[in-house]
Amino acid sequence: MTAPSARQWKVAGLALLLLFACALPFLVSSYRTFQLTSALSYAIALLGLNILTGWNGQISLGHGAFYAIGAYVAAILMDRWDVPYWATIPAAGLVCLGAGFLFGLPALRLEGLYLALATFALALATPQLLKSKHLEQWTGGVQGIVIMKPDPPFGLPLDQDQWLYFFALAVALAMFWLARNLLAGRIGRALVAIREHPTAAEAMGIDIAFYKSATFGVSAMFTGIAGALGAIVIQFVAPDSFTLFLSITLLVGIVVGGLASLSGAVWGALFIQFIPNVADQISKAAPWAIYGLFLIACMYLMPTGVAGLVRATAARLARSPRRP
Amino acid sequence: MRILHLAAPLALGLALAAAPAAAQKKYSPGASDSEIKVGNINPYSGPASAYGAIGKAIGAYFAKINDEGGINGRKITYITLDDGYSPPKAVEQTRRLVEQDQVLLVFQSLGTPSNTAIQKYLNGRKVPQLFVATGATKWGDPKGHPWTMGWQPNYQTEARIYARYLLENKPDAKVALLYQNDDYGKDYLKGFKDGLGAKASMIVAEASYEVTDPTIDSQMVTLKASGADTFFNITTPKFAAQAIRKAHDIDWKPLHFLNNVSNSVGSVLTPAGLDKAVGLVSSYYLKDPTDPQWADDPGYKDWLAWMKKYNPDGNLTDTFNVFGYSAAQTLVQVLKQCGDDLTRENVMKQAASLKGLSQPMLLPGVKINTGPDDFYPIEQMQLMRFNGKTWELFGTPIGG
Repeated sequence: MTAPSARQWKVAGLALLLLFACALPFLVSSYRTFQLTSALSYAIALLGLNILTGWNGQISLGHGAFYAIGAYVAAILMDRWDVPYWATIPAAGLVCLGAGFLFGLPALRLEGLYLALATFALALATPQLLKSKHLEQWTGGVQGIVIMKPDPPFGLPLDQDQWLYFFALAVALAMFWLARNLLAGRIGRALVAIREHPTAAEAMGIDIAFYKSATFGVSAMFTGIAGALGAIVIQFVAPDSFTLFLSITLLVGIVVGGLASLSGAVWGALFIQFIPNVADQISKAAPWAIYGLFLIACMYLMPTGVAGLVRATAARLARSPRRP
Repeated sequence: MRILHLAAPLALGLALAAAPAAAQKKYSPGASDSEIKVGNINPYSGPASAYGAIGKAIGAYFAKINDEGGINGRKITYITLDDGYSPPKAVEQTRRLVEQDQVLLVFQSLGTPSNTAIQKYLNGRKVPQLFVATGATKWGDPKGHPWTMGWQPNYQTEARIYARYLLENKPDAKVALLYQNDDYGKDYLKGFKDGLGAKASMIVAEASYEVTDPTIDSQMVTLKASGADTFFNITTPKFAAQAIRKAHDIDWKPLHFLNNVSNSVGSVLTPAGLDKAVGLVSSYYLKDPTDPQWADDPGYKDWLAWMKKYNPDGNLTDTFNVFGYSAAQTLVQVLKQCGDDLTRENVMKQAASLKGLSQPMLLPGVKINTGPDDFYPIEQMQLMRFNGKTWELFGTPIGG
């Protein structure tokens, strides 16, 4: 009998992980389930940002804006037109795909830090735009929109938090599957080529302009879907929920989790969801100082993110038994 | 003793049928023979972290109560969490308080957006959202949200107080209004118009501005041109200072009402120019710790002693420390009234049965009143006029 191949190991590991993820809401309190559900929504957002920044090398300080657009699309559809919650997810994705693509067109001319500044402006403007009186009749202005929490369908024996968790898990799996298929093939290689050497990529016949705007659009779509999910989980959207700080938090998430890594999005989501609470527990007086310490420690100990550390450890473990 | 406990209700059961509940101990999650768990969320970090002083002051007051033996023998366990003024974080922290820490009630959660975010959850779970720290008017809605109650005078109440003063003292006034175009400004506007009632035609001009506007100079010029002799200034600090200065510069001298959001001497009147602010009228309901007239007031002295012992890092000129102290006193009164029936239902019932309660750091004459249909605890304020140095109270506290 031959030893299982690396691919078989990987499949078995993922199956085990999925089983664990399905068991979780029955093992922890509904408060923890709620936290994990919002971590899942962050994971999708981080995945989107990671496609843009990790794979394609474009820095965005404004993804909180797409998260906000996704959240508001979901909230407005549910509040105004009684659209069922699950149908708002693809709608939010489509709107953000369009918004991201359109923003990506002019942003094409901007490289590196200049793009970062342009997206920074987007993040700054969004909360104020949401409050503006022209949009107020839909956005509810400063008051925001309160939305209903969905009940589990088909009389499933789950409470609302558990159902939302499974719903978010399903959406997250679909998005990760989509991202994997997108990045594993030709498109993924094109994105990396553009990141590494745009001139060489162009010489090989890659349409840089199209790829860059399309990447921006797809990235915004992921983040918008995450925003819609986040809105349903929190049951409330308001301009103050989507400040510049959210965009920075997302950037922190992908760097801590691991750039250009699918699993990095999950690690990053767990970090941005739970570490601020840990910091708050350690010190009420200066929670952000503690958070900063965590961040610096992460950067020193895991310069390639959690995903990078896990990969390196796994590689070392796989090598060591073969040594005499 | 134990037999007596059992025998007494048995023997007197019929005779005292009207009041047997008081003898029975009843608890909701978060209350027991030895403790009462009170939850709070406050922005200790982020853009609104100045408000964090309120959360700390509340904790310091509970520490004093615990040192004095607690409430009916029970100690208060105060759990306060940081939400950074972010609504999603507020939802998360509130769920932690209710589901993990199992608090009896959430007290003085701060900020209109955060409270809006958690209101549905707390009402759905039937957990009291008591004495929220925001001035919006929507917190007193016993029919729609029977588990939510405000505390401080709301914007509409304050506006009605100015309207009432005008009707009584200057019934032929021609009023010009300047307001910020958001829910805060509109709350004041509605209160003022309601207060004037049939005489709303006294308003001869209205102008609004956006928070994003650089100045309000052109609005001020328009308002002056309307010929108004009274001006109600519904603006946040930066714009309030601009309006005061501009009115002076264009030589417009109306009776000038300034909403109490912006009546800070340090951050509004000084930048505007103290000489230009002489004669402004505003209102308040707490004792200002910097006002020399309270120096020998026993309530102030107690507050000062408490500050020094329990809140030594707190700023003695900061009214947030008066605010937190006073709000905590109201909660202590509610919990005392609850006796041994510390259920969430009874907490709301007692919070809605405060009658004529005066407190040492509320202005003399300001009384807290609530009822099953009245979820607005403080509805009186006292007018005050700026004399070039400090605010001088005049008249007596009036209700809206």
